[in-house]
Parts: sequence; C-alpha cells; structure tokens
Amino acid sequence: MTFDNLVTATHMSELINTAMLLFMAVTALAVAKLRNLFAVVMLTGIYSLVAAALYVVLDAVDVAFTEAAVGAGVATVLMLGTLALTKDTEKVTTGGNALKALVLVTITGAVLIWATFDMPLYGDPTAPINEHVAPRYINDSGKETGVPNIVTSVLASYRGYDTMGETFVIFTAAAGVITIIGRAPKKRRRKDKGGSEA
Amino acid sequence: MIHRKSILRVVSKFLIPFIMLFAFYVQWHGDFGPGGGFQAGVILGAAFILYAILFGVGFGRKVIPPWVTRLMLSLGVLIYSGTGVLCLLLGGNFLDYNMLSHDPVHGQELGITLVEIGVGTTVTAAMVTIFFAFAGQSERDDEGDLEAPADKEA
Repeated sequence: MTFDNLVTATHMSELINTAMLLFMAVTALAVAKLRNLFAVVMLTGIYSLVAAALYVVLDAVDVAFTEAAVGAGVATVLMLGTLALTKDTEKVTTGGNALKALVLVTITGAVLIWATFDMPLYGDPTAPINEHVAPRYINDSGKETGVPNIVTSVLASYRGYDTMGETFVIFTAAAGVITIIGRAPKKRRRKDKGGSEA
Repeated sequence: MIHRKSILRVVSKFLIPFIMLFAFYVQWHGDFGPGGGFQAGVILGAAFILYAILFGVGFGRKVIPPWVTRLMLSLGVLIYSGTGVLCLLLGGNFLDYNMLSHDPVHGQELGITLVEIGVGTTVTAAMVTIFFAFAGQSERDDEGDLEAPADKEA
C-alpha cells in the first residue's frame, strides 16, 4: 500500500467510524426512549452488531468476533428468554427526579470526557501501553509459542491465569443460574398437582 | 404437527451442521485467525439454542441432556486447570506449557490447544445451560404438540 492509499484509507475509516458511532448514539437514545422492551432487545442487538463492525475497523477482529457472537447473538436470545417470563412493556413511572438525574448524568459524562484529555492518542507508539509488554508480544510471541495470532498466544499463554479466571467466571455464572432457576419448572409442576408448598 | 414455523425448521436443519462446523473451525483455527475457544463455544452453543428455539426445549434437551451440559461445564474447567497441574507435575510452573513437550514451542502449542478446548467446552455448556434454564421456565406455555417428554429437571 502506497502512502497516498494509506492516507485515503485513514480518512475513509474515520468517516466510517463517525457514521457508526452516530448509529450507536441514535440506537442508545432509542433504547432509552422506547417502552416496548421487545424493540429495546432488538435495538441492543443492533447496537452490539454496530460495535462489532467498529471493532473490525479498529483491527480488533477477535474482539469483534466475540461482540457479534455474545452481544448480538446469545445476549439477545437470553434477553428474549427473560422477556418471555416477564412483561414486554416497561412500566411507566411518572414524576421522580428527572432533573436531578439529568444533572448528575451530565456532570459524570463531562468528568469522563475531561478524563480522556489525559489519555494518550489512539495508536500513539509512545503510549505507556505500547511500551510495556506489547513490544515483546509482537516481536517474540511467534518464536516463543509458535502461534501466529498474537491475541491467542497472549490470551492462552502469557495471560493464561486471567483466561482461567474468566473460564471459572463463566462456570460460576452457569452454576449460579442452575442453582437459582434451574429447578423451578419441577417445583411448579408439583404445585400444579395440588401440593401447597410456597 | 409440523405446520408451524416449517420453513424456519427446514432451513435451520440445513444450517445447524454448518454452524457447528464453523464453531469447530473457529476452535481449531484460533491460533491462525481470529477466534478461539470462547468464540467457538458461543457459536456451538448457539447451534443448540437455535435448535431448541425452533423445535422446543423438550426436544433440545433430548439432543443435549442436562447431564451432558453439566458434565461439559465442569469438564472444561477441569481440562484447563488440569493442564496447569500437569505442567506442575512435569516440573514447571502452573500453566507453564514449555514443560509439556521436549521442544518448548511444541509444548506451548499443545498447551494453548488444550486450554482452548477447555474454554470451548465450558462456554458451550454454559450458554446451553443458561438458555435452557431460562427457556425451561416457560416451556409448558409453549405449543404442546412438539413437546418431548422432559427427562429430569433442568
């Protein structure tokens, strides 16, 4: 790729990024506004899909893959499963402290944006994160692990403890779901037969 | 009675093998391209979830019974931590894959493959388990025609 091509590509990806971030903002506003929870679930799925596309533009294909599979796929199905158990319209609450909430959210948002001014620029080679262990991963991970995908070698080898912890988290989540609601239908069936346990 | 959702059911029967194949591709190809155990587990779990959505939780549980998902759930974690313990027994640190083979690079490749299998197994089982636990709550409200006799509890 020549330098000119690179510049054009950079502008193009900025345009795409802006468009997709706008999409995400609009989706988020619609999620906040809508009362129909079925539409909200669909919109969160769309939000995740746009986020996944954004990660692809940022060259984070592994993250994009996970976002598309979990955020847009499984999470949507689980939310729909939850909707099937509850009502699909949000209860409208009048009054409340809407103004206070708006002020609080605005202040928090302003503080967060202010904090980003301290952050290094995106892709800055002198940023702390790019000077610590990243050079070693990029230079040596292929030789040390024989795995061409750096993300995989970092996840499964250099950061094997973290990934093991994540696996245990998923295990615990499923175990918790089994413990809390896994046996409910059986109980209900027994109650239907005439038992009067609470 | 197969009239309802018949197009979706037929199409999904064509699609599910490919979804599963793609899951295994992502699992075994994670060291070359994007993907790995987590993504593969989610995709494989999604194949079972798709089947359960279209054919009912009862039939879904016939395909992958609760004891299988529970076994997979704990087996994956066991494979992962077992790999670590194996490295300990072979004289290295916990999860130090260099010990798994005479050549450190081969050991790393083997170790990464093993832990990714562990992650994939647990994630598949977790996705299916969580979905069945939620969907099982309302299974008796579904159409009864396709309901296979429920095995045991969720």
